[in-house]
Amino acid sequence: MAKVEKLLQGNEAVVEGAIAAGCRFYAGYPITPSTEIAERMAWRLPQVGGIFIQMEDELASIAAVIGASLAGAKAMTATSGPGFSLMQENIGFACEAEVPCVVVDVMRGGPSTGLPTMPSQGDVMQARWGTHGDHPVIVLSASSVPECFWMTVRAFNLSEKYRTPVILLLDEVVGHMREKVVLPDPKDVEVVDRPRPTMPPEWYIPYADTPSGVPPMAPFGEGYRYHVTGLIHDVRGFPTSRPDEIGPFMERLFRKISANFPEIHLSEEFETSDAEVVVIAYGCVARSAKRAVKEARERGIKAGLLKLLTLWPFERPAVERLAEKAKVLLVPEMNMGQISREVKRVNQGRSRVVTLNKVDGTLITPGEIVEKMEEALG
Amino acid sequence: MREITRLIHKYLRHDKKFPHIWCPGCGNGIVLGSLIRAVDKMGLSKDEVVLVSGIGCSGRMPVYVDFNTLHTTHGRALAFATGIKLVKPQLKVIVVMGDGDALAIGGNHFIHAARRNVDLAAIIINNHIYGMTGGQFSPTTPYGMRATTAPYRNIEHELKIAELAATAGAAFVGRSTVYHVKLLDNLIERAIEKKGFGVVEVMSPCPVQYGRLNRLGDAVKMMEWQRDNTISVEKAKELPPEELEGKLVIGVLVERDLPIYQEEYEKIVERARGSGAAL
Amino acid sequence: MERRYEIRLSGYGGQGLILIGIILAEAVGLYEGKQVVQTQSYGPEARGGASRSELVVSDQEIDYPKPLGLDLLLAMNQQSLNLYCGDVKEGGIVVADSTFCDQFPVSRVVKIPFTRLAREQLGREIVANIMALGAVGAVSGIVGFESLKKAVLNRVPKGTEDLNLKALQMGWKLGEKAKRELVKEGREEYIISAEEL
Repeated sequence: MAKVEKLLQGNEAVVEGAIAAGCRFYAGYPITPSTEIAERMAWRLPQVGGIFIQMEDELASIAAVIGASLAGAKAMTATSGPGFSLMQENIGFACEAEVPCVVVDVMRGGPSTGLPTMPSQGDVMQARWGTHGDHPVIVLSASSVPECFWMTVRAFNLSEKYRTPVILLLDEVVGHMREKVVLPDPKDVEVVDRPRPTMPPEWYIPYADTPSGVPPMAPFGEGYRYHVTGLIHDVRGFPTSRPDEIGPFMERLFRKISANFPEIHLSEEFETSDAEVVVIAYGCVARSAKRAVKEARERGIKAGLLKLLTLWPFERPAVERLAEKAKVLLVPEMNMGQISREVKRVNQGRSRVVTLNKVDGTLITPGEIVEKMEEALG
Repeated sequence: MREITRLIHKYLRHDKKFPHIWCPGCGNGIVLGSLIRAVDKMGLSKDEVVLVSGIGCSGRMPVYVDFNTLHTTHGRALAFATGIKLVKPQLKVIVVMGDGDALAIGGNHFIHAARRNVDLAAIIINNHIYGMTGGQFSPTTPYGMRATTAPYRNIEHELKIAELAATAGAAFVGRSTVYHVKLLDNLIERAIEKKGFGVVEVMSPCPVQYGRLNRLGDAVKMMEWQRDNTISVEKAKELPPEELEGKLVIGVLVERDLPIYQEEYEKIVERARGSGAAL
Repeated sequence: MERRYEIRLSGYGGQGLILIGIILAEAVGLYEGKQVVQTQSYGPEARGGASRSELVVSDQEIDYPKPLGLDLLLAMNQQSLNLYCGDVKEGGIVVADSTFCDQFPVSRVVKIPFTRLAREQLGREIVANIMALGAVGAVSGIVGFESLKKAVLNRVPKGTEDLNLKALQMGWKLGEKAKRELVKEGREEYIISAEEL
């Protein structure tokens, strides 16, 4: 199939990205504003021989996804805030048992049932810390329909490569907006598959350490019989309470991500080379910020934009570099300040961090950002 | 070699994790024995069997056997198993749960798995109590009984597992006790073999928690109760209701042929592909 | 800064505004090669609530995805007209369904009774939205008729193509005429009556 240009919603582009990345299993529960993902999956997956199942709730959806992944399929689910809360339990299981899977959260206003049809960026911290216990996680975001496609591909690739759940945080604006997107020929999409054992079953140690920290993963039913559990386990997968086995396991769980920050981090810069005020933004707000930078430049303000595409692990190197040069780091967010906390942590007094927070269910406008820039620069 | 030694050597993981965590007198070991005998009798290869569990005493069962094994989160075992089965329908996916696991926290998944009729075998070990956490009442603790969270007495009413499974649409429903081990072997085999969602409810003693709190005697006493208070499905049909009062009916409660999820889904795939529907 | 043309299509849920927003976006984006972002907002109800669909069209990359000042507002009822007329920028224009609007608190307005025309001339009220789409296409000048036609045929149910094309054509002609008159005469409003057809 040759490449084709389509007008799609962000949610629809997620589905096409997932299929291009090799996703062949989707389990989900309908929830606004993510439902179009489930609807398009129900239509598209059978066409490519994949499986769509609508489960009884989000608890079951993520559980079925993990089961499917253990059986060897690339699998995902999608939801919004209330459902994302319910999924936290088994996102932790996927971290602990190192089962690749992708979870898309199309953010709406919260807390609780909140604002079902209106955008928000309130789940940034939940995506990082939502499940209990200390754990590493990868969280991506997107601000346009083409990015929805490519960040979904990237979510699958990182998930498979590092055997970890990857969360793609969208927002209602990005999930529902329609834009042109070029759907590439599938052979032009770089697809990463989970490492598989190359040794015979009797030599296979399912959770053994490796140079990358990622052990090869055998699908169920192919001769490699082993145990998978949400309990802390030894290298064979059996529950352990021996400190000399717990420590190295937890250390490896973190190391496989932390040793690869440069590959996981992704951001884009616009007009930052001489910027006195750098806007740090993600998702739909990054688009307001880009226009704000252009408007500010027209008014003679040296403004720039750092757009975050990887939210977690936090893009420390770029923020540190920009904080060295800029007078002001401005962080507009549709929450009361979540990524801005990270910016402040990394900034360490180098620059001045100014926040712009909006939680009324409407998108931050370019004008509001420019106004804040002028105010911050005095 | 004795048959039991042969089965132990063939199916148990001896490299680690013994002795097991179950208390003396627990029925879980008997259920595990039945499961192994059923698998052996059916001639299934260990590679084609997946044993999935939730949380609780029964949750530890998979760790002991040399199948593809998965110990999931509390209540969610059936949902994990659904994902595995749909991706690899050739595998025999067996799910073992306790009464609290399957009926309280996992109750919603249980009724929907039965309704959906995915080809899974679910074994629910019913000991009327949360054993691992120390004897709290569960959805199957009978009215009036004691538990650590019902120190005066239980004022809630018991959920009947097999009857619920039948109503929710399971293709096969059987009930046994760990005393009636031949029947249990047979029911587990039939639940695995049955196309569709098969349920086996196993009444199992927990002398350490339920028995102690309710002064029911030791494990032998509790199993004698099982012997003396059960009645087969066939016999129960011939008796008037008043004679069934206080008795436990065991045997095959439901067996019916229903379209299974995987086969229905295959038809959807054919239709979607046949329609040549473009993007 | 990129040059933008911004449109809001508004009315009741169920009037087909989201659909014509998508059709217009496909026509300008896929068949005219322009950049386009279509967004929408809606209440919790599937029918009967307020509904709006918005387009930003440009020759360059579009940053901010929502309108900043409307070049064109389509109001399919009085409530939407009242609510949104203030978002129309200077020099912008309103296209209103005069079947449901009788007060026009705006400076430049094209009044066309889409719903009544659809009912009386085409026998089906349901195509009022496609007629409005034709008028919006012609008044805005951002899209050619052929592109619109192609996009409509791509989206409407099989068996309804002729009816929808008739509606589109009728709307386009009225829109073109209105635009011509507005420019020629420097008038501030143009009222289409059924008799003009």
